[in-house]
Amino acid sequence: MIAKGETLFKINDLKKSFGDVDVLKGISTEIKSGEVLVIIGPSGSGKSTFLRCLNLLEEPTDGEIFFEGNKINDKGCDVNLLRQKMGMVFQQFNLFPHMTVKKNIELAPLKLLKISQDEAEKSAQSLLERVGLPDKATSYPAQLSGGQKQRIAIARSLAMNPDVMLFDEPTSALDPEMVGEVLELMKELARSGMTMVVVTHEMGFAREVATRIAFIDEGRIMVDKPAKEFFENPDNPRLKEFLSKVL
Amino acid sequence: MASFQEKFIQCFVTEDRYLFFIKGLSNTLIITIMAAIFGILIGFLVAIVKTTHDRTGKLKILNAVCNVYLTVIRGTPTTVQLLIMYYIIMSGSTNKILIAIMTFAINSGAYVAEIVRSGIMSIDNGQFEAGRSLGFNYVQTMWFIIVPQAFKNVLPALVNEFITLLKETSISGYIALNDLTRGGDIVRSITYETFFPLFTVALIYLIIVMVLTHFVGKLERRLRAGDR
Repeated sequence: MIAKGETLFKINDLKKSFGDVDVLKGISTEIKSGEVLVIIGPSGSGKSTFLRCLNLLEEPTDGEIFFEGNKINDKGCDVNLLRQKMGMVFQQFNLFPHMTVKKNIELAPLKLLKISQDEAEKSAQSLLERVGLPDKATSYPAQLSGGQKQRIAIARSLAMNPDVMLFDEPTSALDPEMVGEVLELMKELARSGMTMVVVTHEMGFAREVATRIAFIDEGRIMVDKPAKEFFENPDNPRLKEFLSKVL
Repeated sequence: MASFQEKFIQCFVTEDRYLFFIKGLSNTLIITIMAAIFGILIGFLVAIVKTTHDRTGKLKILNAVCNVYLTVIRGTPTTVQLLIMYYIIMSGSTNKILIAIMTFAINSGAYVAEIVRSGIMSIDNGQFEAGRSLGFNYVQTMWFIIVPQAFKNVLPALVNEFITLLKETSISGYIALNDLTRGGDIVRSITYETFFPLFTVALIYLIIVMVLTHFVGKLERRLRAGDR
């Protein structure tokens, strides 16, 4: 575990192409422990691809990513061990439909961290309480609402006790009335000191929770500022245009 | 003309002829069950090799072997495969049951492979990504997350394949193996009586299939618990 304020991710000139399409055209930034970095940008700008490069769900075409001091897009790096330290929350939740909520949360700690069944159950129950769904342990994902599913998905990631949480448009697939409960949980998570990288369209959340906001457009970080300054006097014309559409 | 009752006695009781059916049924069941077990094993392995190749581009040679296997087995009649196995490949062996099990397992495996592959392909890629992003490796993700869901999806198709396999073993007579069908046929040729031996055989197959279908219905309902 890295102390708060120290560099967790260091990204140098990250590039990613799919065939002939260059999605990321050279991204360099640092993410410090305890930071809540919100990434915004038009669709197709590469923000999700950037996030997915961080845990190597997408393999970078070029550039370097360092996590806790080690270069991770390297042949010798144990991707699986690395991913255990990074929670990921998806737009489509991706809960395991053939398992109960409790089993969803327990599976990875049981099989990967090799903790005991007792311990796993205790931790699952306390996580369920933390996300406000203590009575859903024996439910199956199909019996939950979208907001509940996403809260369980967050609990499932937290069960691995990660050093950072990656959120890929966590509220985009939700009905409007369920967005609030998920954002509320994410705010609580941010207050607890969790390092978070969040791709989202929720400007209110960005304004309120982010410590830093990055605007990605056409595969590059166009604007990267502390949250407070970000919305005041946006001087980048692309950002101005984007904000005028979403705000 | 002999009465109904006399014919019945002639077919089943005289010289303990019912034993032809019992012995035949036991051979049919042994062959079917063993071939199903090995067929499913082969099928899952081939399906996993093929989907792994499709997803990652690895296992090129194994994938090519699997493709040849699927093409040859699905492109030739089972009867011919059985004869080739008996007269050529296993010509040194007199263990007909083993030869039948091998033939039907290899044959069934090809169909199971395609069934399982379609099951694996039907699982949303997000499931795979969720597993991997928790830190599971490829095999663990397959084992804990993808295959259980795929299995549930293809269970009806797998049972259909099992039923087909059961009925297909009736060609075992081609290598003079006394399975259920041949047992009935022997009784027919001894007694010159057609009705009882052949309908008995048909009825036994039918009952097994119906029992099987019933249990799978139950199993499916249990597996579907998560969908509601």
